Amino acid sequence: MSERPSGSRAPAELAARAASPAALTAALAGSGYIVDDALAMTVFLALRMQRPLFLEGAPGVGKTLLASVLAEVFETRLIRLSCYEGLDLAQAAYEWNYPRQLLALQAHQRGDAGAELGDLYRDAFLMRRPLLQAIDAAAERPPVLLIDEIDRADEEFESFLLELLGEFQITIPELGTLRARHRPIVVLTSNRTRDVHDALKRRCLYHWIDYPAFATEIEIVRRKVPGLADQLRRRVVAFVQRLRREDLSKLPGVAETVDWAEAIAHVAALGPPAAPGALDPATVDATLGLLLKYHDDIERVRGALAAQLLAESA
Amino acid sequence: MTGLGGGLGHDVVGFARALRDAGLPVGIAETEAFAQAMSWIDPLVRRETYLAARATLVRRREDLAVFDELFATWFGGPAPARGQPAPLAPRHDPHRVFRTALVSYMAERAEPAAREVDVPEHQKAASGHELLQRKDFADCTPAELEAIARAMRELRLDLTLRRSRRLIRSRRGGRLDLPRIVRDAARRGGAVLALARRRPKLRRRPLVVIADISGSMELYARILLQFLHGVTQRHARTETFVFGTRLTRITGQLQIRRVDAALAHAGREIVDFAGGTRIGDCLHAFDRQHARRVLGRGAVVLIISDGWDTGDPARLDAAMRHLARRAHRIVWLNPLLGRAGYAPEVRGMAAALRHVDDFLPVHDLRSLYELADRLARIPRRKGRSGARSVVPARSGLAAVHAGEVGSRQPSEDRGTR
Repeated sequence: MSERPSGSRAPAELAARAASPAALTAALAGSGYIVDDALAMTVFLALRMQRPLFLEGAPGVGKTLLASVLAEVFETRLIRLSCYEGLDLAQAAYEWNYPRQLLALQAHQRGDAGAELGDLYRDAFLMRRPLLQAIDAAAERPPVLLIDEIDRADEEFESFLLELLGEFQITIPELGTLRARHRPIVVLTSNRTRDVHDALKRRCLYHWIDYPAFATEIEIVRRKVPGLADQLRRRVVAFVQRLRREDLSKLPGVAETVDWAEAIAHVAALGPPAAPGALDPATVDATLGLLLKYHDDIERVRGALAAQLLAESA
Repeated sequence: MTGLGGGLGHDVVGFARALRDAGLPVGIAETEAFAQAMSWIDPLVRRETYLAARATLVRRREDLAVFDELFATWFGGPAPARGQPAPLAPRHDPHRVFRTALVSYMAERAEPAAREVDVPEHQKAASGHELLQRKDFADCTPAELEAIARAMRELRLDLTLRRSRRLIRSRRGGRLDLPRIVRDAARRGGAVLALARRRPKLRRRPLVVIADISGSMELYARILLQFLHGVTQRHARTETFVFGTRLTRITGQLQIRRVDAALAHAGREIVDFAGGTRIGDCLHAFDRQHARRVLGRGAVVLIISDGWDTGDPARLDAAMRHLARRAHRIVWLNPLLGRAGYAPEVRGMAAALRHVDDFLPVHDLRSLYELADRLARIPRRKGRSGARSVVPARSGLAAVHAGEVGSRQPSEDRGTR
């Protein structure tokens, strides 16, 4: 959860950042997030149409990151809800502080404080979870509400979410209905461990985030790992891109590319390489664990195949 | 349709209809969203129109290829470039030729007059229900297969339940339900009279069926597809795949209620009915493309195959190992297991057996009943420690799995609703 940066800009200036797909692309790039024109268009339309953004894609392609960058670009709060099976209203929206309520009840019974029982459901006893926070926070400026890994939640939660995303209001029986004054910017992500119900997807604008193209990934690495020499950066990205065409349990995501690039930068700093800008097979083998996360995959690639891919991607 | 000239508005509606005809879930809401989006972009820039249409009309990655193709026909020009080319959805491949046993089977069913009906035998079959239960599918007449199909439609597969992490009210046992206790107490002037409790909700395990429809399985494939249709109809959360030389997902087709229509649709998706088998490659494809999505939440995997594999045993071994890691239990059904004298010395079968929890026959109606019974008693604990069954012992199987034939029947797992 990030606080709003100080020195906030005028609303008009922030609105200009979402005026067109191109303006949005530039604003996101300003915060270090590189998008292609397809994603830019989808985000642009989602903001314009005030629809939730549904992002699907392999792990490590930057789905979650996009939400926090959006919060940065629009200088607003990021409210994050991580999903899991059995996630319920109490964890997602609100919960009464039962221990405190019980204490108040006992106090009332002993007659020490003049606590009326009606007061048991007052604001002081209300614990606000992410969804309620998002509705509350929207009073001044719409926050970014990230509903992360929705595929991990179960159907019960999905149908509750469906209601929320339609009306942006939460009814608390003891207090009444709370409605968001501005619609939060909602980002849902899914790693696709199961299919999310179509009814939920219908309320959203859908985008499948693919692995980035070569030029895009070069640009991402350039920004994230500035210490890596140009030539080496090209070798690193080319190798990862070539590796993604192999048949592996889990392909390396952008996050892995960045980690690996950083490792290669450290290795390069250790001593003068045989040839500047070269990536040797021994280094690749030694650092493969940063790219591949399954033992089978590492076993398969290490050695001959790594050397071959390295040669092919040169 | 705000902000649009008549001509373009017509385009939008027509394009949406074309997508719908091709099977994409595009309704009025989506069409309106697209029309609205068009008012915010430059509709003369083709790429912008494409991206806006894609953002508002596509909700599944699999639909992208069809969408691109239709967009090109509708708005002219070559199919727009995307990141990585995806294979076309099979139903849109005009060059596909369907020469399959399943299709001829369906044609047969569609024309009752042309069907081979042997009246005396039919009567005999009807009277001898017990006999029919034990008759190998491969030896059945069409009339007997009809009777078997009817019986299969009644068959229920009650998969064992697993504890989910969602909590529901419980009469006894479980954790204290503090919210309810406080609410009840408040209603009674602060007195706590009873302690409300919650316990995990029980859910049915997902079932994943991967069936072999290659040449060597042809005799059984027809009847098993009917069986799979029945299973899919009655149990939500059933995923069905068939394979020969390649893997095809037919879950969607089997969800069609009428069995004839469902099998006709499934037949259209299947290319290599009654061809060769590459189990290893197909299970590998399953692992890469579908396992993440369908094997969550304690799934039970049912593999139906005779184990004749023309591929590399090492590949099958690796694919099965991955599968075993993700699935709660793997049940392998082999129709040949019912034959006297069969031993799974087929190289592929031997490689796979190491990772299989239950190895059962599926050649007659009775074996299907036994399967249903067994699925209802799958142990809660994963792995080999439970009742691992390799049936029957009349073949050379004992040699393969000496000492691993479990007989313990766990009874504690029967879920209480």
